[in-house]
Parts: sequence; C-alpha cells; structure tokens
Amino acid sequence: MEVDITPRHIYSDTELDRTEGEAIEALKRSTQQPIPDPDRWLDEELRRNILLTSLDTILNWARRSSLWPAICFPACCAFELIAANASRFDLSRFGMEILRASPRQADLMITAGTLTWKMAPQVKRIYEQMAEPKWVIAMGACGISGGIFRSSYNVVPGYNRIIPVDVYVPGCPPRPEALIHGIRMLHHKISKRSITEG
Amino acid sequence: MTLALSGQEVVAKLEQQFPGSVIESSENNLLVKSESIFDVAEYLKSSPELDFDYLNYIAAVDYYDYFELVYQFTSMKHNHSLVLKTRCYDRENPAVPSVVRLWRGADFQEREIYDLMGISFEGHPNLKRIVLWQGFEGHPLRKDYL
Repeated sequence: MEVDITPRHIYSDTELDRTEGEAIEALKRSTQQPIPDPDRWLDEELRRNILLTSLDTILNWARRSSLWPAICFPACCAFELIAANASRFDLSRFGMEILRASPRQADLMITAGTLTWKMAPQVKRIYEQMAEPKWVIAMGACGISGGIFRSSYNVVPGYNRIIPVDVYVPGCPPRPEALIHGIRMLHHKISKRSITEG
Repeated sequence: MTLALSGQEVVAKLEQQFPGSVIESSENNLLVKSESIFDVAEYLKSSPELDFDYLNYIAAVDYYDYFELVYQFTSMKHNHSLVLKTRCYDRENPAVPSVVRLWRGADFQEREIYDLMGISFEGHPNLKRIVLWQGFEGHPLRKDYL
C-alpha cells in the first residue's frame, strides 16, 4: 500500500515545531519573577475582626454547625431523611450533608425506621462506636415507641430501650420540615452544653 | 408465557411411577403425600419431558387442622410450571423431607418456614432459625401464636 505523504495543514510540521518553540521561549523570558500574592489586605482585615467569646459558646457553635449523621437507617423513614438531605430541603444548610459511613466520624444518630430485635445489637454497637459527644434523634413513630408494630414479637418498642434519645420527632413518617425542626431543637440543646459539665 | 400445567396432566405419570403417592389432583395443583414429596420432586426434576429445573418458591399455610406446603416448579426448557402441595397433620412435630438436594434455592426458604412455622425439613444440611434469633420461643406465623 502506498503511503500518502501530502501535507494536510497550512503549516508544515517543521514550521509548527518552530513557532511552538518560539512561543515557549518568549513566555519563559517574560516570566523570570513570581507574581506577588495579593495579600496586603490581610493584616488590615484581621485587625477589624477580633471577636471575644466564651469557650463554651465557640465549642457548641462548632459542634452544632457540623452534626454529621451516622448511616444507620433501618426502615422507611430513611426516605424522608434522604428527601431532607437532598436539594429541596438541603440539610447542608446545617452542615449535615455528609452522612458518615463510619460511626467513628459521626456525632448524630437519626433513628429513621422500625428496629427489630434481630437488628438491635448492631444499632447499639454503631451507637457505642460513635465518638463523644454524640446525640440521637428518634425519628418517626417507630423510633419513638415502635409505632404500629409495637406489639410485634420482633420490634423494639422505641429506641430509648437501647440508646439514650435526645430529641423525639413524631410522624409516620415525619415530613422533612418536622425533621429539620427536630434538628433545630437539638441545636438549641447543644448550645446549652458546657465543657465544665462534661 | 409460561404454561401452567394442570395437576391432571401430570397425575398419570406420577401414579405410574409412585403408586398411591398422589392424594388428589385438580386443575390447578397436585396434592401429594408428605413422605413421598422428595421422590416426586426428584422425578419431576429428572424426567426429561417435565424437566422442572427451577424452584419458584416454597410457601407454608396454617389451616389449624394441618399445615400445607405449596411448591411451585418451572421448567426453563419447556416453559411450563406446576404447583405441588403437601400436608402435615402433626402439630407438635411437623416434618417433611427437604428438597435442598434438588434445588439449592430451597435452602433459605425452608429455613424461614422452619423459623416462622416450625415445620422441620428432614435432610436439610443447616436447619436453624434465619429471621429470628436462636433461643426465640415459638413460631410466630402459626395461627395459634399470640
């Protein structure tokens, strides 16, 4: 087979190489010094932004502003939680958009769903693996009391049988607004904590 | 669509193979003696013209006087299916032969029936509770469970 060697561009390969080399050399010559960072304003701004507060306030503010929920949603309330997390209700407004797959990195457990006794040891273990300080929101009728499944042979009648609950959010399931209201209540609760109380 | 074989179509073959094993045959299903359920199932699976290579489900029903087990088989090759039933009159220690050796899919279903209905499957390799935990008292899907 005959190889086609007719040029396909306006510029030949040699010409392209030469212009590329010239451009690089020109850029290199003109940029011998680093561009200075525009940071002169920093000192001025810092001087105008000193805030005096108590350690409790700043710690509680930090803690409640980044409540990371552990991924532990045994049943259908999870979908309301997912809706609350998605763009319409947007839990990232409260610094909660990161659902942690590792309980070591989480400090809030939202008990979204019916819990069976078979599953209860695992949920208890997830709670125990979470680092202090940690909080629990009992979401939905089943999370509060077992709900309509309360009399079942295999349903835990309320998460407070196995773990301490901070906020109860009723509903079957609660709407995302209700869950967000519960989260706001938990924020108030956290803001009243003190490091001296432990 | 899968053709649902009537019990009457299959009953002649079964009667010829295992005389006295079929109690009743109707348009929809076959009622087989519980002690011969394994032999019948084995025949249904291995016989080339029936060739039931797939077990759709096993279900258990509590009719107070007896437990009824419902099996549905399908043949992928012939595209037909059959519903087989058997009854268990002993309420204290109900037992039927296991079909796990024929269809591995029966494993978890038989364990679930054992767990919730309390029917034991003779010959099951690992018959223990699957949904509830070891030590749970009673079998909650029985009608007399409170």
